[in-house]
Amino acid sequence: MKFNYRIIIFAISIIFAIVYSVPSIFQTKWGPKVTLGLDLQGGLHLLLGVKTDEAVVSRVKSIASSVKHYTEHNEILVDSLGVTASTVEFTLLDHDDAKNISKLFADMKGVKVDIKGDSYTVSLTPEEIAKTKQQAVTQAIETIRNRLDQFGLSEPVVARQGQDNILVELPGIKTQAEEQRARELISRSAKLELMAVDEGRGARVSTLTPLDASNMGDEILPDAQMEGVKHLVHEIPILDGGMLTDARVEFDKNNRPVISFTLNSEGAQIFGDFTAKNVGNHLAIVLDGKVYSAPVINERIGGGSGQISGNYTMEGAQDLAIALRSGALLAPIYVMEKRSVGPSLGADSIRASLLALVSGFGLVVLFMIFYYGLAGVIANLAVVVNLFIILALMSLMGATLTLPGMAGIVLHIGLAVDANIIINERIREGFRAGVPTRRAIAEGYSKAMRAILDSNITQLLACTILYVYGTGAIKGFAVTLSIGLLASMFTAIVCSYGIYELFMHRIEESKNYTLWFGMSRRKGV
Amino acid sequence: MELFKEDKVYNFLGKGKIFFVASFILFFLAIAIVATKGFSFGIDFTGGSVVQVKYTQTAPIDKIRESLQKSKLFEHAMVTEFGSPQEVVIKTPSSTVGVNNDIGDMTKEILKGTGDFEIRRVDMVGPQVGGELRVKGLTAFLLTLMAIMATVTFRYEWRFALAAIIAIVHDIVITFGFVSYFGVDFNIESVAALLMILGYSIHDTIIVYDRVREHIEESKETDFVQIINEAVSRTQSRTTLTSLTVFFVVLTLFIFGGDIMMSFSFPMLIGVIVGTYSSIFVAAQLVVWTGFSVADYRQRMAKKVKMRAERDKMRSQFEGGVV
Repeated sequence: MKFNYRIIIFAISIIFAIVYSVPSIFQTKWGPKVTLGLDLQGGLHLLLGVKTDEAVVSRVKSIASSVKHYTEHNEILVDSLGVTASTVEFTLLDHDDAKNISKLFADMKGVKVDIKGDSYTVSLTPEEIAKTKQQAVTQAIETIRNRLDQFGLSEPVVARQGQDNILVELPGIKTQAEEQRARELISRSAKLELMAVDEGRGARVSTLTPLDASNMGDEILPDAQMEGVKHLVHEIPILDGGMLTDARVEFDKNNRPVISFTLNSEGAQIFGDFTAKNVGNHLAIVLDGKVYSAPVINERIGGGSGQISGNYTMEGAQDLAIALRSGALLAPIYVMEKRSVGPSLGADSIRASLLALVSGFGLVVLFMIFYYGLAGVIANLAVVVNLFIILALMSLMGATLTLPGMAGIVLHIGLAVDANIIINERIREGFRAGVPTRRAIAEGYSKAMRAILDSNITQLLACTILYVYGTGAIKGFAVTLSIGLLASMFTAIVCSYGIYELFMHRIEESKNYTLWFGMSRRKGV
Repeated sequence: MELFKEDKVYNFLGKGKIFFVASFILFFLAIAIVATKGFSFGIDFTGGSVVQVKYTQTAPIDKIRESLQKSKLFEHAMVTEFGSPQEVVIKTPSSTVGVNNDIGDMTKEILKGTGDFEIRRVDMVGPQVGGELRVKGLTAFLLTLMAIMATVTFRYEWRFALAAIIAIVHDIVITFGFVSYFGVDFNIESVAALLMILGYSIHDTIIVYDRVREHIEESKETDFVQIINEAVSRTQSRTTLTSLTVFFVVLTLFIFGGDIMMSFSFPMLIGVIVGTYSSIFVAAQLVVWTGFSVADYRQRMAKKVKMRAERDKMRSQFEGGVV
C-alpha cells in the first residue's frame, strides 16, 4: 500500500489546530489568544483628529516668548512685539542691537527672518510648518498613550491612522462614568502657562473686547472658579508647560488637593528673573486658557516650583497631575468617530452569533449526512477541523474577532462544505459512469481541483482588496474569510482525501455507494 | 440521496428568453426602486449618531420623542424599537466634535425621567469619515471587479469574464433593490455583504465555467448551446446543494443575529438566492451572446498545446545535451 501522507498531514493539522485553539476557547493563562473586538467585549473606540494648524500657532507664540525673554535678558529695547497667525513682528529701537539679536535667530532652526530697516518679521519655513504639524500628531499619540498608561486601563491601543488621525481603543471601559473620565483625560490639552497680568489696564478688563486686548498685546482670559470674572494678561506667556519636569498631588492648609509642579533649570531661571523684576505684580497661573489663580508676587521665587489650586476632587487632581506630567497636547484634538459598546450588549452579540454559529452548523451537518451518508460525515469532519484551524491561526496571528468576523465564520461554514460537495459530485459521476472506486475517487479529486483553485484564488483576491480598502471591523472580516478559504481548500483537498485513502479497501470491498456516498439505489446495481 | 437525475441534460438555454426577460425586468425594477426610494444610509456613510438605549420596562417611545424634541441636537432624531420592546435606537444626523461634549452623556441627561435605562451603545461618525468611506467602498468594489475580470480572462477568456461581470452586477443590483425596497439600513456591514455576494456569485459562476471549459476541451460537441446546457446540468446538483448549505447559515444569521446584524444578513439572504439563480440561468447564457466561438477556442487551445509541446521538446533536447 502506498504511504498515506495525507492522513499524516491531517493528523498533524488537527493537533496543531486543537493545541492553539485551546487558549482562546478556555481562556487559559498560557498561549496566544484571539482578542475580541470592542463590539464583542464592550469598550470605547475613538478616532481622533488633530488640529495641526493650532500647533503652528503655538509654535509661533513660543518664538515670541523666546524673543521677549532674550531681549529683556540682554537689555535690547524693542517696540510693538506682537504675533499674527503665522509671524512674529517687532521693531528694534536701537539699530546697534541688530548684531546682538541676530545671534538669537542664528540658533533658531526653521525660521525665516525678514528685516526691513529695523522692523523684523519672523516666520516659519514651509518645511518647519510641515514638521510642526507632523510632530503635533506624533506628540499627541505619545502623550495620549502616556496618559492612558498611567490611568491604569488594561490594554489601551493608541495608534496613528492615516496621515494625521489617531485611533484610540479602550477595551477596559465598563461604565459610562469611566468612559467620561477617560475621555476627559485624553482630550485635556493640559497646557500650563504662566502669564503676567497687565496691571495698568487690568481694571478696565470688563469694558474691553478681545480685539482691543489683542491690539494692546494682551489677552482676556476667564477665571476658572468664579464665573464672569475675567483677567487681562499679556499675550506672550512668561513660560509654558514644556519646561515642566514634574507634577503631583499635594494638600494645602485646608487639606484640599492641589497640584504642585516643578520646572526645569531653564524654566526656573526665567521664572526667577521674572519674579525678581515684578515684585508686587500679579502672576496668572493659566491652565487650558483659564486662570486658576493670580497671586501677588511677594519676592523673587527661585527653585522653580509652583502650585495650582482649584476646587479639585482627589480623582480630578490625580487626572490633572497625570495630564501635566505626560505633557501638553501641542494641538487640540477632536472626535471624528466614536463607538462605545456596553459590555452587556457585547455579551448579547456574542450569544447571538454563537447561537447562529451552532444552529447553522447543526443544519449543515445534518444535511450533509442526510445527503451524502458517510461522505457527508467526512465532509463535516473537515469543516470542524476547518473551524479549529481558523481559530488557531487567528490566535497565532493575534487577530481580532469582531462581530462581522463572527458573521464571516458562520457564513464560512456554509461555504466550507462546498469544496467537498464539488468533489463528492464528481466522484458520484465517476461511479455512475462505472469507473472503479479507487479511480473514481482519484479522478473526482483531480477534476474538482481545478474549479476549486480557480474560484478560491479569485475570492482570495477579492478578500485582499477588501482588506486593503476596508476599515476596522471589515478588515477583521476579510482576514477571517481569507483564513477560512485557505483552510477549507486544505481540509477538502488534502484531509478528506486522506480519510478516503484510509478506508479505500473497505469502500472497494463493500461497494455500498449508498452508505459511503449517499447515492440512491437503482435497478441493476 | 440524489436530487438530480444524473444523465439528464436540461435545456436551460431553450427557455433563455424567459429568464432573460425576468432578469431584465427585475434588474430595471431594482434600479427604479433605488432611484426613487434611495437607501436609508447608516451613519457610517452620512455621519451622525446612533444611541441604543435599553429600559428595564417597556421603552416609553412617545415620552422619549417628547424629551428629545427639546434638544437642538436631536431635532431630526428618529426613535425606533430595536430587537425588543425594552430597547430603542435613537438616530440623529447630528454629531459632536468635542471629546467631552459627548452625545451619550447628553442623551443620558435628556432622557432622565423617562424611566430606568442603560445606554448600551453610542456610535458617532463625523461627516468627514462618512465621505471617505463612500469613496473607499466604491474603490474597493470597482477594484474587485477589475481583479475578477483579469483573473477570469487569464484563466478562461475575456468573453467569459465579461459575462461573469455582468452576472455579478445583475446580482448586486437586484439584491440592493430589495435592500432599498425594505428600507434596511445601508451600513459598512452592507458593503461587506456586497463584497461577499460578489465573491459568492463569482464562485458559483466559475464552477459552471469550469465545466464549460472541460466540455469544450474533452468533448467533440461543436454546438456551444448544447455544451452550456450540459455544463449547467452537470453542475446543477452542486450549485443547488451549496446554495442550500449557504442559505441555511445565512438564514440562521438572519434569525438569530438580530437587528444589529440586519444590514449584513438581509442582503446576504437575498444575494444567495439571486446569485444561485444567475449562475444557473444567466451567467453561462451570457457567454453565448458575447459571440463565443467553440471552434476558435479549440484552435487556440491546440496552438497553445502545440507550443508547449515544442517548448518541452526543446527543453528536453537541451537537458539531454547537458547530460
